[in-house]
Amino acid sequence: MAKEFIKGNEAIGKAAIMAGLDCYFGYPITPQSEIPEYLAAEMPKVGKVFLQAESEVAAINMVYGAAGTGIRVMTSSSSPGISLKVEGISYIASAELPCVIVNVQRGGPGLGNIAPEQADYFQATKGGGHGNYRLLVLAPDSAQEMADFTMLAFDLAEKYRNPVMILADGCLGQMKEAVEFKKTVRKEYNKDWTIGRGEKDHKVISSIDIEPEKLEQRNLKLLDKYKTMEKEEVLFEEYLCDDADLVLVAYGITSRVARSAVELAREKGIKLGLFRPKTLFPFPKKDIYRVSQKAKKMLTCELSTGQMVEDVKLNSHKDTEVYFYGRCGGVIPADLELLEQAQKVLDGKGVRF
Amino acid sequence: MKTVYEKPKSLNDVHFHYCPGCGHGVIHKLVAEVIDELGIQHKTVGVAPVGCAVFAYNYYNFDFSQAAHGRAPAVATGIKRSKPETVVFSYQGDGDLAAIGTAEIIHAANRGENITVIFVNNAIYGMTGGQMAPTTLVGQKATTAPYGRDPKTMGHPIKVSELLSNLEGVTYIERTAITTPGEIMKAKKAIKKAFQNQIDGAGFSMVEILSQCPTNWGVKPVDGTKFIKEKLQEVFPLGVYKDLSEERKGGK
Repeated sequence: MAKEFIKGNEAIGKAAIMAGLDCYFGYPITPQSEIPEYLAAEMPKVGKVFLQAESEVAAINMVYGAAGTGIRVMTSSSSPGISLKVEGISYIASAELPCVIVNVQRGGPGLGNIAPEQADYFQATKGGGHGNYRLLVLAPDSAQEMADFTMLAFDLAEKYRNPVMILADGCLGQMKEAVEFKKTVRKEYNKDWTIGRGEKDHKVISSIDIEPEKLEQRNLKLLDKYKTMEKEEVLFEEYLCDDADLVLVAYGITSRVARSAVELAREKGIKLGLFRPKTLFPFPKKDIYRVSQKAKKMLTCELSTGQMVEDVKLNSHKDTEVYFYGRCGGVIPADLELLEQAQKVLDGKGVRF
Repeated sequence: MKTVYEKPKSLNDVHFHYCPGCGHGVIHKLVAEVIDELGIQHKTVGVAPVGCAVFAYNYYNFDFSQAAHGRAPAVATGIKRSKPETVVFSYQGDGDLAAIGTAEIIHAANRGENITVIFVNNAIYGMTGGQMAPTTLVGQKATTAPYGRDPKTMGHPIKVSELLSNLEGVTYIERTAITTPGEIMKAKKAIKKAFQNQIDGAGFSMVEILSQCPTNWGVKPVDGTKFIKEKLQEVFPLGVYKDLSEERKGGK
């Protein structure tokens, strides 16, 4: 099939329409505005709804309303905008509504800047808002995966009746690459729970249980769902890990740089490998353990001051040495820079996390 | 035997949890009667606020979505846009609609969303225990304004119907009060019109209803109505603030 040269953000928009997106609600923020711009132009052509909300807060609550009717709905934003959405995301997770939320991460904290960062890892994977909830978090590494994961996200959202987040970054959003848009077969899920069907068996979408025992049951039901995700939905990629003396762990744009560093190293006879989580929740716990046991040394590289590395450390074999190297504020390390850091670790000069 | 009165089908057979003298029970019934009369029970979706009416879905016998504090117009927008064939209304108090949800109500109104808003104004926060509301009167005491509302530091009561009626997107706004049988019937007529407008595709309609909260006003239940007539109506005059219902029928 022919490939299309397209920006990461636009690839998300196009893939969402192919996946059957019915409604998009969003608010402009750099570096993700190409998503609403693309959908503003394309959704009316297919008779679907695009609405620019008055705020991120309103947008996520429109998503909540629409998701309750069981249609396919999406919103997108970037870091500060996602912070505004987390109240609504908590309600959506509690009411068990399917939707797709895209975070094209930018530099923070605060207003930060519009350059890429990966400092929303905690927010994305540990809940983000109040209460015991988890998002299913997909981390693309290319414009191709921006498209593929968007299509996957809609299916997973309906399968689990849970919000799914695509955790990208400003670099992936702005980068143009060749993408093959693969049409997938849409699976149909039970919609008996939805409102607005015009049926006599009335339904209520809610996240309130005033009785403690009932609310506890709601929490435990959610926990069960998250445990199932951990069993069944883990996605990751291993690259030259089998004989590696040191395995780099990275996701998103950082994993692209890390892959180059591994290739440069191999040319020099240095045995580096790459472990790339594609799902950040569920985190590939068992596979990190397996790889860490063999490699003995792990170097986590992130565009943050150290977030995913906590999960790497937590899930690595107790005797494995875990190191961290991060850049932030919008600075992306070069492949040679990561290679240099890897060499330091191999020379015993690295800083343990 | 001839049935002269019965509980609306759109209400469940349960007890209200509301305080003695509270206006919510009357307003719930009016909305349910209107929905029955229009024959739209199974295509209606209500959106419940945060506040005393948070459990509205326990009382109504049709689809409901609970909303975060103040976000009901956004939630209603999401439902209506995804299922235009439904009849969607939000049921909101003054704290929900006129404080934390100001942005959502203004923009839903400005977009001319084809929804119905039931705005219950009792000039106080009920559920949380009598704190100052955006609509609390000047000089009125509240738990967070124990010396009375001082406009110099706490601002003046917001007049939502007046404010929203300036927006192009708005089709119909009326302020009513549930003080006497006559006024209650007027309120019902306004509610019916606000729902009929939605069915006709005429756009955004809101009915503001001045309602009793004797518990948090610190008055006897029987004096709640007196407070509305003597105090609230002075600041919030009853009447139609905007009406383009006929002109906008059929989405014009």
